[in-house]
Amino acid sequence: MDHRFKRWRSFAGALLLLTLLVVVVVSAQSDPFPQSTLRPKGDFALMVDKLFRTTLFWATLVFVLVEGALVFVIFKFRGKPDDPEPKQVHGNTMVEVIWTAIPALVLAMIAVPTVRTIFRTYEIPKGDGVLRVEVIGHQWWWEFRYPELGLTTANELHVPVGRTVALKMVTQDVLHSFWIPQLAAKRDIFNNRSTTLWFKAAEAGDYPGQCAEFCGLEHGRMAFQVIAQASDDFDLYVGRMQATGGPVAATAVADTGAQLFMMKGCIGCHSLDATKPMGIGPNLAGIGRRRYIAAGWLEDTDANLAKWIQHPQGVKPGVMMPELGVTEAEALALVAFLRQH
Amino acid sequence: MATSVLDHAGAAGIHPERTGLWAWITTVDHKKVGILYGASAFVFFLIGGLEALVIRWQLMKPDNNFVSAEFYNQLFTMHGTTMIFLAVMPLSAMFFNFFIPLLIGARDVAFPRLNAFSYWVFLAGALFLNSSFLFNAAPNGGWFGYANLSSKQYSPGLNMDFWAMGLQILGIASLAAGVNFFVTVLNMRAPGMKLIRMPMFVWMSFITQLLVLLSFPIITVALILLMIDRLFGTNFFVPLGGGDTMLWQHLFWVFGHPEVYILILPAFGIISEILPVFSRKPLFGYTAMVFSGCFIAFLGFGVWSHHMFSTGMGPIADSVFSLATMLIAIPTGVKVFNWLGTTWGGSIQMKTPMYFALGFIAMFIMGGLSGVMHSSAPADLQQTDTYFVVAHFHYVLFGGSIFALTAGAYYWWPKMFGHMLDEGLGKVHFWLMLIGFNLTFFPMHIVGLEGMPRRVYTYPAGLGFESLNRLETIGALILGFSFLVFIVNVLKSSRSGVAAPADPWNGATLEWAIPSPPQEFNFPSIPTVHGRDALWEAKRAHGGKLPEPVRVSGAGIHLPNPSYWPFLAALGVVLIFIALMHHEAKYGLLYIAAAVALLFFSIFNWVFEPAEG
Repeated sequence: MDHRFKRWRSFAGALLLLTLLVVVVVSAQSDPFPQSTLRPKGDFALMVDKLFRTTLFWATLVFVLVEGALVFVIFKFRGKPDDPEPKQVHGNTMVEVIWTAIPALVLAMIAVPTVRTIFRTYEIPKGDGVLRVEVIGHQWWWEFRYPELGLTTANELHVPVGRTVALKMVTQDVLHSFWIPQLAAKRDIFNNRSTTLWFKAAEAGDYPGQCAEFCGLEHGRMAFQVIAQASDDFDLYVGRMQATGGPVAATAVADTGAQLFMMKGCIGCHSLDATKPMGIGPNLAGIGRRRYIAAGWLEDTDANLAKWIQHPQGVKPGVMMPELGVTEAEALALVAFLRQH
Repeated sequence: MATSVLDHAGAAGIHPERTGLWAWITTVDHKKVGILYGASAFVFFLIGGLEALVIRWQLMKPDNNFVSAEFYNQLFTMHGTTMIFLAVMPLSAMFFNFFIPLLIGARDVAFPRLNAFSYWVFLAGALFLNSSFLFNAAPNGGWFGYANLSSKQYSPGLNMDFWAMGLQILGIASLAAGVNFFVTVLNMRAPGMKLIRMPMFVWMSFITQLLVLLSFPIITVALILLMIDRLFGTNFFVPLGGGDTMLWQHLFWVFGHPEVYILILPAFGIISEILPVFSRKPLFGYTAMVFSGCFIAFLGFGVWSHHMFSTGMGPIADSVFSLATMLIAIPTGVKVFNWLGTTWGGSIQMKTPMYFALGFIAMFIMGGLSGVMHSSAPADLQQTDTYFVVAHFHYVLFGGSIFALTAGAYYWWPKMFGHMLDEGLGKVHFWLMLIGFNLTFFPMHIVGLEGMPRRVYTYPAGLGFESLNRLETIGALILGFSFLVFIVNVLKSSRSGVAAPADPWNGATLEWAIPSPPQEFNFPSIPTVHGRDALWEAKRAHGGKLPEPVRVSGAGIHLPNPSYWPFLAALGVVLIFIALMHHEAKYGLLYIAAAVALLFFSIFNWVFEPAEG
């Protein structure tokens, strides 16, 4: 009786554990995950996802069979201390051969598509239809350059839907890793050689990504957005960015901001012209229309931008942008000025 | 019963064992050294666990500022470094020390004073590394210390100096121990204990020493290069000076992957001892187990670049390392199947060690399968550096190594300390640990695949990571609590635990033939071995349980002398590194010279000190 109760207790324990796991899985499903690897929206990510699902299938199958065997053994062969000694078996060569061969076959099911996919990941698309983008990693923000369009921007990469984008990437300081889960995957970036990644967005949308190689103090806040947009919208964006060097409408407060931009030294690191890269701080052309500031961290509202200009070290400690002793009024003037760009 | 044996032994006029601090500092007894390793490692395990709890508390909600980014980076660096080098490795070393000589029927290790030296160097290195917290300069570049973030330019503080030097000190300890146990297994076995009759724990430990001997020199080279980059301005890993950051990654992982097997093979060994005893059936497929262990170790040196798939090594390298990594799943699978084969048809006795051993199998399967999933290089391009990987290696190193080490602790505790641990508390510990562990680490699979990278000190709201992270934090608290239950068990049992007989579990191996705890000389006379499972053989020949062994005087048995030179030599080693940190001080070179002199003086005296007498 007691024996049966103990057996039941273990069973209850196992059941409880299983329930917990199910709760975890179900509760996960209710959250939206914009940075997910599981809902690919680009050809590269789709190809990786297909492979992932193959491995997941086999892993789940093996998991169920082997864990099932373990649970079976625990219940079936449970003994009491005074039971007679069980049959003493030392092994079986045939069985060893079988359970060496079967895993080998299962692995072959994964190995073949793996090798095939590996070669595809390195087939860098070329040709006229390909949009080339240079990615430059900085502690802790991203610089994007379109060599054919003569544009430079930061932390927000606009791409046209349905057109292959080929990325060529290097770092300016320490190693980083460019990770855009829904469109492609990740690729580390280095100082003395460039690495590549490519993708073609299937749907318009905002796709978040972030640095995936530990790169120091603010590694956790080195995010970016890829904005995939319809061809026409992308052309509009390009046109607007190419015009950013031109004159802007003058207002009193923005003029004050323009002067502060010089006096406070902002101009030493930040360009306001997308066609003129500086490479020290993020290029601020088009800052007025960006979704986020501070490398994908703060929403680009006037209040946030003013806060950031006044106290970058408070918002993102260790960031390269120094505290410049900007007053609140000055920050608001700078915001007004930046909103014109 | 057991108490009366002890009383009887006391009456026989046995020399009282030396006690007190000095006895521990000068000890060369492998069992005492083992206990020192175990006690120190457990303290560091708790420190590493505390670091993990702070990490979990910080990640409990988005945009949290419970700790600063800087402190968070120190925490995860030290959590990884501590758990690998200061907890799991020395906990394994506890079992090597205490049990390899007992399992092979020897009186001590081959080089008892070198053994003491290993321990003191380990302790000195561990304290050196952790002292960095006092200077607010704990290592902050990750346990993998990737170049060029670890360079002087990007890590200007003392943080990474502590790391590069601390790991060198620990490497000296591991290498000295590796030589010692390698030779011990080869040379000190009892008559008749052929290699192919050795208990599986000894086999796996032996292979582990080989891995240590072949892989630690590589990391030592890498660390020396990093150290002189940082201290003297060379450019091995500095791209601007023509150095190469990929060189560091290769050197680190050529060490780092075998290191994984250094952490898990002893666990395999422990499980292979426990399962047969509590199934009352010999290990299934002994030979297959030995060869799969060898095969894993061999392949372990050929898969390092699977840590580097995202660096873009090219299709050929990616394919080769993908396939080699998949290949390792075969011998690992063979091990799991043979463990199941061992229990199959057995008479399973559900004692606490068996709970943890079976828990080990269940959890390790998970870790193994997620490992196969990212052996596929393109799939790994999404998974690497995410929480999916964090889940994977915790299923291997916690669900694997820690479950197995805990199983070993419950199994061998009676032998080490002479009393039983409480079964009821042991099972409470098991269930809390199993549930806490899965609640902490299973959701990490999901949150990783849903896009959460590793090593981020916080995450924004809106990416959907909140609820899973909250669950993980709750799990971590349960997991931490389970070890409080273990501590209560240890304290309670040390006061009122049932005295352990020599052979409480109907053991198969030689350590159960001698009293619990063993006397200083282990075996009054060296046993002769006639087959595998030597004690089961002896019991069968005897026709049932053996009589309780009595404690004897041990007069005339030669044992190595206690010595304080290993302790002083270890002090010399750590002082050299402390002096190196101050090489730019006014008398910097003098400090270095003094520390080197202490080391050489100690070694000199050690060499000319009579070893026995």
